[in-house]
Amino acid sequence: MIRFTGVNKEYDDGHQVLKDLNLEVKEGEITVLIGPSGCGKTTTMKLINRLIEPSSGRIEIGGKDIAAFDPVALRRKVGYVIQHIGLFPHMTIAQNVAVVPRLLRWDKSKTAARVDELLSMVGLEPKVYRNRYPSELSGGQQQRIGVIRALAADPSIILMDEPFSALDPLSREQLQDELIRLQHELKKTIVFVTHDMDEAIKLADTIILMNGGTIVQTGHPDRILRHPANDFVKNFIGKKRLQEEGRRRVFTTVDQVIADQPVTALPTRGLAEAVKMMEKKRVDTLLIVDPSNRLLGTVSIYRVLDHYGDEGKTLADVMTPVRHAVKTNTPLSVALNLMSEHQLSNLPVVRGEGEFVGLITRGSVVSHLADVYANPEGGEEVHAG
Amino acid sequence: MNRSGFAGLLEYVRENWPHLLSLTWDHVVMVLCGLGLALIVGIPLGILCARREKLAPVILAAANVVQVLPSLALLALLMIVLGLGFKTIVVGLFLYSLLPIIRNTYVGLKQVDAGIAEAGKGVGMSQLQLLAKVQLPLAMPFLAAGLRLAAVIAIGVATLAPLIGGDGLGREIYSGLNMRNDVKIYAGAIPAAALAILADALLGRWQGRFGKRKVRL
Repeated sequence: MIRFTGVNKEYDDGHQVLKDLNLEVKEGEITVLIGPSGCGKTTTMKLINRLIEPSSGRIEIGGKDIAAFDPVALRRKVGYVIQHIGLFPHMTIAQNVAVVPRLLRWDKSKTAARVDELLSMVGLEPKVYRNRYPSELSGGQQQRIGVIRALAADPSIILMDEPFSALDPLSREQLQDELIRLQHELKKTIVFVTHDMDEAIKLADTIILMNGGTIVQTGHPDRILRHPANDFVKNFIGKKRLQEEGRRRVFTTVDQVIADQPVTALPTRGLAEAVKMMEKKRVDTLLIVDPSNRLLGTVSIYRVLDHYGDEGKTLADVMTPVRHAVKTNTPLSVALNLMSEHQLSNLPVVRGEGEFVGLITRGSVVSHLADVYANPEGGEEVHAG
Repeated sequence: MNRSGFAGLLEYVRENWPHLLSLTWDHVVMVLCGLGLALIVGIPLGILCARREKLAPVILAAANVVQVLPSLALLALLMIVLGLGFKTIVVGLFLYSLLPIIRNTYVGLKQVDAGIAEAGKGVGMSQLQLLAKVQLPLAMPFLAAGLRLAAVIAIGVATLAPLIGGDGLGREIYSGLNMRNDVKIYAGAIPAAALAILADALLGRWQGRFGKRKVRL
């Protein structure tokens, strides 16, 4: 975890870039620093690897004040992806990726193996690309190298300074997708600086929106979109995006309406066990799934009680197969039509080859709608009605 | 002047080639010593210029003053201080080569993309590692150009060596002048010119090698 406490940065000419900054970057998350140019987002990021020193205040990594670290050693432990690529043009791809391991004096074979592993990870065939020079690669490929160079020594923290801003829109999208995929596997603590709100929304677990050296709003992207703290945030996000967000809410998908904690059981369970579970969780239906979480069927309390006398029976014998289910990302309207057409009290949501994700119930639909219309922004609609 | 013309030159060279070869060798040694010293002193001064922008004009101006002194005048002044001999001519060549090397090191380091330098710092290179692994290698094409220029100048200036008690191909030229012997003048001037052309070509090729890898992003 990275924590800033009362951090100020003032330049000799009296210009104050950061004013009493307090923030926390959570471990294993992508935290995006965003704001208009000159808001202090890049300065904030560079404070973390001490490319810039604060005028006052305290910055901690994992509870330790970084002012006590040797800056050079600190930087070797923190990955850094720089704006406009920043590969060393006189070094081959392999040498570029191996820069930090070599500074850390890893042995040669370990370094070479790591380089190949990383190249494969971003879909660049090591045999082909290892000995090329950066100028022989496309912009998108170069920045892939920039990213894996930062990963080379397996740092837990990675700083990314507008890494994709110089790329064409198509490569930018691809690299964003790849970053999401990598992060899913690697779970690094990433501090990502950008001025592009779309990028922030796509990548961030937490957005820190800055202006004039202070933090304006912090939170999950969705939260910032739904509840912009003030006019500055609204303007920065842009009217268009807020409207889109509003429209998207009409096209709510089933994923947003999934009931909390549907109760699942393995088909091998006995009926008495099933009754106990239903009692405890206060539900009238169990979802039967196999050990790999594939949906097999449902069992209602009535079916269980009907066969309760037969001690030899398990849930597998009394369950009813699932006739209707929807895939994730299906629009809610489709699911609601299905439920009303077939008089269903609930509808399972599955992913891929029947992997169980959750359940939509009438209750969950109602509480979702209540959420939407209780929102102050939706107020007009309530008054109109 | 019975022996003259091309045939005369050939005959002279055939008879005196060990002497000419030794003069050429002396010439090369003087130039190499002067250039070597200039590299040893000039590169650090160039680095200092790039590091401390305020010092750069002072250092470059000082090196420039040396450069604008006529070569004969500089050598004569050095002779007053250092006396006659090899040492004096090497110091002269050193001073003459200094400016191109300082200036090109400085310019070469300045043109290294600030982003690349910051990437080096950001991945955890110390100042020295940054210089050795990133900045100097990227400044090499410029440094090579400076060395090439310095070498050509030094080979030319070194022909003045006999005037202050040095050796080299200049000796043959001056004895030719004194004896009104064209052949001797040719025998000294042609190898001196050839040396300069050779140095220019070789260093030019070397410089070109860096050019291939050099990329602008």
